[in-house]
Amino acid sequence: MPEQFIWGIEVFLNGLMAGVLYALVALGFVLIYKASGIFNYAQGVMALFAAMTLVGIMNGQVPFAHLINAIFGTNVHHFGWHVPAFVAILLTACVMVGFAWIVQRFIFRHLVGQEPIILFMATIGLAYFLEGVSDLMWNSEIKKLDVGLPQGINFAIDDYTYGIFGYGFFIDNLDIVATIIAAILVLALTIFSQYSKQGRAMRAVADDHQAALSVGVSLNFVWIMVWSVAGFVALVAGIMWGTKSGVQFSLSLIALKALPVLMLGGFTSIPGAIVGGLIIGVGEKLFEFAVGPMIGGATENWFAYVLALIFLVFRPQGLFGEKIIERV
Amino acid sequence: MFYRESGDFKTTYIDDDQTFPIKFDRYRYYAVMFVAFAIIPFMVNDYWVNAIFLPFLIYSIAAIGLNILVGYCGQVSLGTGGFMAVGAYAVYKLMTAFPDVSIVFHIFAAGAITAAVGVLFGLPSLRIKGFYLAVATLAAQFFLVWLFNRVPWFYNYSASGQINAPERTVFGEAVTGPNVNAWAVYLICLVFVTITALIARNLTRGTLGRKWMAIRDMDIAAEIIGVNPLTAKMSAFAVSSFFIGISGALFFAVYLGAAETGEAFGITKSFLILFMIIIGGLGSIFGSFAGAAFLVLLPVFLKVVGADWLGVPTDIVAHFQLVIVGALIILFLVLEPHGLAQLWRVAKEKLRLWPFPH
Repeated sequence: MPEQFIWGIEVFLNGLMAGVLYALVALGFVLIYKASGIFNYAQGVMALFAAMTLVGIMNGQVPFAHLINAIFGTNVHHFGWHVPAFVAILLTACVMVGFAWIVQRFIFRHLVGQEPIILFMATIGLAYFLEGVSDLMWNSEIKKLDVGLPQGINFAIDDYTYGIFGYGFFIDNLDIVATIIAAILVLALTIFSQYSKQGRAMRAVADDHQAALSVGVSLNFVWIMVWSVAGFVALVAGIMWGTKSGVQFSLSLIALKALPVLMLGGFTSIPGAIVGGLIIGVGEKLFEFAVGPMIGGATENWFAYVLALIFLVFRPQGLFGEKIIERV
Repeated sequence: MFYRESGDFKTTYIDDDQTFPIKFDRYRYYAVMFVAFAIIPFMVNDYWVNAIFLPFLIYSIAAIGLNILVGYCGQVSLGTGGFMAVGAYAVYKLMTAFPDVSIVFHIFAAGAITAAVGVLFGLPSLRIKGFYLAVATLAAQFFLVWLFNRVPWFYNYSASGQINAPERTVFGEAVTGPNVNAWAVYLICLVFVTITALIARNLTRGTLGRKWMAIRDMDIAAEIIGVNPLTAKMSAFAVSSFFIGISGALFFAVYLGAAETGEAFGITKSFLILFMIIIGGLGSIFGSFAGAAFLVLLPVFLKVVGADWLGVPTDIVAHFQLVIVGALIILFLVLEPHGLAQLWRVAKEKLRLWPFPH
């Protein structure tokens, strides 16, 4: 078999893995968009905030240490303890629930019934706000996140493929774990929304706000719940990306990676987010591999958008989105 | 008392059609123009021009451009930074290719080139709507920035990948390059702002502006009453990109002098200008100015108060700036979704009835 082809397969597989990570971020968007019609630009910053909080709790950092030191002239940095990863994840999840409550109580409760574009802007404002707060709270240096996930090349696959092709594939253990966790997450979300009472309330709200309200579903509660779930998804995404490339500002830019995924899959569809993520992941990796070197490289920055744009021209609501029906 | 139409008799159709029908507004406008053209140039120094006036004027042009697209025609765009980059690189290529032609022509030509690029990226808007379009314009943003970074022809094969504005003069006075007078760069930007604002104001009052607004309010209904969505949307993209291109050209040539695409025209620039028109007010020329002024002055104000007066470390000030900008945007959307322009409108309405409000 020609070498190019084998490398192509490897790139394809790595693209699938990267796509899963994109899908993980896109999932948070879809959840909030479905339930409240809010296009939540802050999802990426939420992942950053969650990852930073997780690292901060694990290392026993004092929140707002820099600010406190600057004002009171003290010199505090660490509480001096280390929290086990599992407990820290639980605590961070609680923080994300608190965050969801704050967002709902102080922002979106006041914006009910506004145009979608206004809501979208509010989430951009929220993204700025949260970015500033997380920098103030946990300082902005690059942090290492290690919750005990395996990393590095998977030797089993390396050996196995070497036996078949005479060339060992490089597949990161972390990507495999991420795929498994994403699959579990999607399964759990599906079960939650199909079979639990709260999940049904969530779907009812997604269908029609007023009808849901009239049969006694509390919109406030559902929205807080949805933001909490999105916060939890952001936490998972934050852990994955943070372990991969360190917890730093660029983590919030994964939101921009998730946008074409959403467009392609449709804003309202959870399977769409997954399929879209896979298509984008594979597409951009293959394009960079095949065409990138000819036109200067780093095509990953824009290829996803152009790909999504081409899809959209033929299907304006995305692959799995609800058909847009317009009436005068 | 003084702010009302009564007693101001219009005897010709031209009078009837004027931009500011109320006398007080008209004189206020003349007064602003007089101060801007005849007083400020004699008072400014380098700091004032570089920290406040130039960014304000240049961002105003971009904000007017984006406001035409988003506020008047309802097509959400996140590609402003990319289009500004087109303007900047177009003016750079023109300046270096035709050194004898006046830079004023180059800037207008850069606007025209940007308009063509804008129409190209605006074509999908005929099929894609709402958020899908907003995300689609991001394709323009990322693709254009990548293009200018990677294709050496655009930056004349310079080793650093940067573009540098050579010195060019208008009426014998340098307006680009390292040896410029503060008043000269101020005036050239002011002239462009005045021209673009006049064009924008009159376009939005006329047939074209009404077509845009019809499309914004409901495109299907507009189509049924005979507005051609193709020409309306494409003209909005063209005019908007024209202005944004001019502002990008000025931003690079007059303000920065040297630029690197990723830094100067990144996605943050697109958001900044979007914030300006939201805080200022969608669908209002005055709002574009107000929003630009607000977002230019806010960081300067925070820096002066925080770092210089209170002595807070600069990194904390920088973080606080994010927090405050974010909080202000949310606050504005909660309290006044129609922006500063709406406050202004309300104030004028009150003033018309004053002192007998009932």
